[in-house]
This record gives sequence, C-alpha cells and structure tokens, in this order.
Amino acid sequence: MARVLVWYGELATARSLVWRGVLLVLPGLLWLMAFLVLPGLVLIPLSFAERGPYGEVIWTFTWENYRRLLGFGVLGFSLDNLLALVRTVWVALVTTLLAAVLAYPIAFFIRAQHPRRRYLVLSLVLIPFWTNIVIRTYAWQLLLAPEMPFARILAALGLVEPGMALFPSSLAVYLGMLSAFLPFMVLPLYSSVERMDESLLEAVRDLYGGPVRVFLHGILPQTLPGLTVGVILTFIPAMGMFVVPDLLGGAKHLLVGNLIQQTFYTMRDWPYGAALSLVLILLTLVALRLYRRYGKEVELA
Amino acid sequence: MTEVLEKVEGLLLQDLRKRFGELEVLKGITLEVKKGEFFTLLGPSGCGKTTLLRLVGGFELPDAGRIVLSGRDLTGLPAHRRPVNTVFQNYALFPHLTVYENVAFGLRSRRFPEAVIRSKVEYALGLVRLESLVHRYPHQLSGGQKQRVALARALVNEPEVLLLDEPMSALDAKLRAEVQVELRNLQRRLGATFILVTHDQEEAMAVSDRIGVMEGGVLLQVGTPDEVYERPRTRFVAEFLGVANLIPARKVREGAETPLGVFPLKVPWNEGFLALRPERVEIHEVPVPGSLPARVRQVIYRGAYLEVFLEALGQVPLRARNSLRLEVGQEVFVRLPLEGLVVLDG
Repeated sequence: MARVLVWYGELATARSLVWRGVLLVLPGLLWLMAFLVLPGLVLIPLSFAERGPYGEVIWTFTWENYRRLLGFGVLGFSLDNLLALVRTVWVALVTTLLAAVLAYPIAFFIRAQHPRRRYLVLSLVLIPFWTNIVIRTYAWQLLLAPEMPFARILAALGLVEPGMALFPSSLAVYLGMLSAFLPFMVLPLYSSVERMDESLLEAVRDLYGGPVRVFLHGILPQTLPGLTVGVILTFIPAMGMFVVPDLLGGAKHLLVGNLIQQTFYTMRDWPYGAALSLVLILLTLVALRLYRRYGKEVELA
Repeated sequence: MTEVLEKVEGLLLQDLRKRFGELEVLKGITLEVKKGEFFTLLGPSGCGKTTLLRLVGGFELPDAGRIVLSGRDLTGLPAHRRPVNTVFQNYALFPHLTVYENVAFGLRSRRFPEAVIRSKVEYALGLVRLESLVHRYPHQLSGGQKQRVALARALVNEPEVLLLDEPMSALDAKLRAEVQVELRNLQRRLGATFILVTHDQEEAMAVSDRIGVMEGGVLLQVGTPDEVYERPRTRFVAEFLGVANLIPARKVREGAETPLGVFPLKVPWNEGFLALRPERVEIHEVPVPGSLPARVRQVIYRGAYLEVFLEALGQVPLRARNSLRLEVGQEVFVRLPLEGLVVLDG
C-alpha cells in the first residue's frame, strides 16, 4: 500500500506528487531540450568539422579548431586567442566582484527605506532594462566623449590629455559591464538582505567583532543564497558579453564573445566558432564550480 | 555628582531617555544595579524594558542620560567595546559555526591565543553541560540546548554584566522552570551581575534578587520580589504581579472607609484603592470577630489550591485562594486582615 502523506494540507502519495512534478516541468523541459540542449550538443561534432571554401561545413574529424584556439594558427603561433580567453575570465570576474561590492550598499539602502517606498526604489533599479543594452552602451560613448564633464574633469586633473575621449579603454568596458549587470546582482541580493536577521549582526558586535567580522559572520552567511544567484546571473552573461567590449573596448579589449561573433558572422567559420563556444561554456562551468566550492566553505567553515 | 558616580560599584543608569520618532520609549530611567546582583526588568510588551537593555548593551544610544559601569562611563561606547554580553531572545547563534566556534567567537574577536580559547570554551561549555555537543551546528540542537549555547557564548567572555533578553520565552513551561533554577544557580556560582528582561512575573520572582517593574517607559517600582509582590506601590504593579483585589476607599478620620468597613490605615489621598492578595483573604465557615458574610459565586480547581470568587455583603466581588471544600452558593464568612491590605499610591 502506498503511504499517504499530507502535502500543504492535501492528501497525496509520493507517486502522485512525482507525476504531478513531471507534468509541471514537462513544457519547460521540452522547450529547453529543443532550443538549448540539442543545438548545444550539435556544437560538439561541429567543433571537430572543417570550414569549406564558401563557409559551408565539411563534416570530418579534425583537432584543427582546437589547435588553432591554443595559438597554432595558419599564420604561425599567436597567443591572441588564449589571451582573449584569459581576458574574458578576468573581466567577468572583476565585473562580478565589483557588482557584488556595489550591490551590498544598494541592497541595504533599499532595506532601510520605508516598506512602501522599497518597491519604488527596486523598480528604479530595473529602469535601465526599459532600454536595449546596445543603446545604453552607445549612451556611455556619449557620456565618455571629450566634451562631456567626465573627460573634462579628468583632463583638468591632468589624468588624460585634453580633447581625448575616455573610450576605448578598460575603464569604459568595466563601466559598461557594471551598468549592464548591476541590477542582476542587486535584485537577488536584496531578496536575501531583506530577510536578514539583524540580531546576528548585533551578536557579532556584542562579541567584540568589528566591521569585518560583522560582514563575514553576520551578513555574508545570511546573504550567501542571494549573492550566489547574483554571481551566477552576472558571471555567466559577463563571460559571453560582446556588445560592451565592441563599443567601448576596441581591439585591445576583445573578449571571447567578440571572437565568437566575428567567427560566425564575419569569417563564417562555424566549426571554429563552435570550438570557441564550447571552451567558453566549459570555462564558465569550471569557474562556477570553483565558486560553489569556495561558497560552501564560507557557509560551513 | 560625577565623583559620586565614579565610586559606584556595579551598574548605574542615570536619567536615560530614548525616543523613536514620535514615541517616547524611555522617559528618564534612573537605576542602580549592584555588583553580583540578579536584577530583573519586568513589564508588559512595549514598556521599554528591551530598549533599556539594548541601551546597556550598546545597540542603541540614549538621547539623554548616562550609563556608568564600575565607575567607567559607557554611554558613548559601541557594543563591541563594552564589557557586557547579551543572550538574545532568539539566541542569535551563528548558523554557519559549530557550538565550539560559536562559544569561541568573542575570544577570537579579541585574538586570544588558541590554547586559552580552548580552555575557556571548555570551561564555559562545562558550565552549561554541553561538552558533548561541541561539533554540532545550531540547527542540530533543541531549543533548550541552543539557549545554553547562547548562555555559554556570552559567559565565556566573563562580562561584568550579562544581559538576558527574554531568554526563556521560546522554551516550554516545564523546561523554563528548570532553566530558571539553573540560571539562578549559575549566577550565584559565578557571582556575576545578571540583568534579565521578562514579561513573566513568576519567572521574575523565581530568579531575581531585585525586580524593577516598568510601564510606559517609566520604572514604577524597584524592590525584592516579596517587596514588589506584597507591597506594590501602584495599581499597575499590584495587578501585573499576580492577582489583586482592588478595594475602593475614601479617607475618613478613622482611616480608610471601604464598602467592607473602615480600616485604620493612613492614606495619602482622598479617594483611592487598597489592594489585597487573594491568598490573604481568610474564609471561615462560621463567623469570627471582624468577619463579613459572603457568598461563593464560583470555584475553580487549580490543583494545589482552589480559586474562589466571592461576593461579600451581597455586592463586593472578592477573589480568594483556599483549600477548603467550598460549594457554589454556599454562605461563608470572610475576614480581611489589616496586615494584608496595601495602600496604593495611584
């Protein structure tokens, strides 16, 4: 006989619950299978294929794409591709870290608001999404132009030459990346900060802990769930970003996202693009895995 | 004044005031808690007792007034610089740390050497008999165990004053009674100053050397448990600490005139109340000198005693406690002993 259990006030069996769960996730699962998993799997054989003279795919098996990725191209050895990979990971890491550092004060600020004003402030965080990211990035080009106050102030301080735009530069890339991803960090982090039990922070202070210990033992363990979601939501798209470095970074700041875009659209080399994409996915997974391991340590250590 | 304060041993609160926006939570509290004393702040929720405790802990700063501990002015010091520790109402244990690390937390903040931390933590866990659970996490503990960890975590720092914010409100009645006894014994053994906040008058009387009764941001009365119970100064104190018969009275030449007769008591007002604890009401089955006829309206069996609702002289309600076998409707005779009557100030 099946065991009957009470599920949110309703009598059910484990079996009926499993079936219900399957039915509920099935539509979404089918969608993801058809449009994400299957195309993703196609990338694997594609990455071992060859580009034909007219950009068509010749189905063979070759390691050529991966050799090229490591720098052994037709024009001799070059580190450019590997550098782009390293740069991508670095830029995504720094963006995620800066986003977290900036998001904490914002989340606390929202929490400090009167409950009726919180949702107003939260929706202000979301307002950038009303505009397309390409337009927002072009807006940064305008803001960083030589005639604008930022450039003028820096020029007056002697930090840049007068009449110079502040882009392309890595500063401009980070500005663009942060403004693109900050809301993805703020929203999940706020949901954790909102539910935070303040007495734990008081306990740290009561036990002679200064600000650093208040953060490490009072705030971080309680906000780790929101921080983790924010890190994932920021880091993954940051790894694949190509609009911002394209418009604000110039050739010296090419990321893998730009390479992939150029390889598919300009060079029409689908097999090489597939190899680049797979490596990008792999790097992303490895980085998240490392974060989770480190995060667990924070949770329990 | 300052010179006098410097000499005070123990904790001195001087005219502490605190308001949150429009709400005046503390309206000038002055109080001295002696070294080694178990002091309880008793009052209903919203009376300001927790705010007062938080001022001492350093989690809030007073708008006015001073906090002096052993001659040292703490008023402006932040929480992490005060020689005071707190047992929080929900315990506030660090969920990501083991029992051992929770207890060691304050010592680590102050960078004690590892060997010292180990011996102090072991001693503190021994005090609350939790040596066997050092490697557990808070979510693996029962409510009573969590409470003991919270206690050890505070005591390990050897605070000059231990603050306890309703530490027993999450425990069931039986465990609470046990913990009260343990807490009292622990305090005696350590000779430490404990300040407990509670709304439970029985708890307050069971553990305290002295009780301060608060209401509306004011300290109404401070005294030993039997002082505040037997000699309440105001109607609020009389009613908050257990049950009291309130008898309206008028000042006359012979003393206080009440519906139940004239009593030779000095009263400071023209009209006011006398209080009489139910257990002080004498019930007799036959008339005795000074007794009045009364009728039993209701009897509630409470196990150890009977709670009796009477009507004296056919109109004045009286509550009594008794172990006599009484029946509803029975005619009895009550005597109100003069020494049990308390003149209330207001």
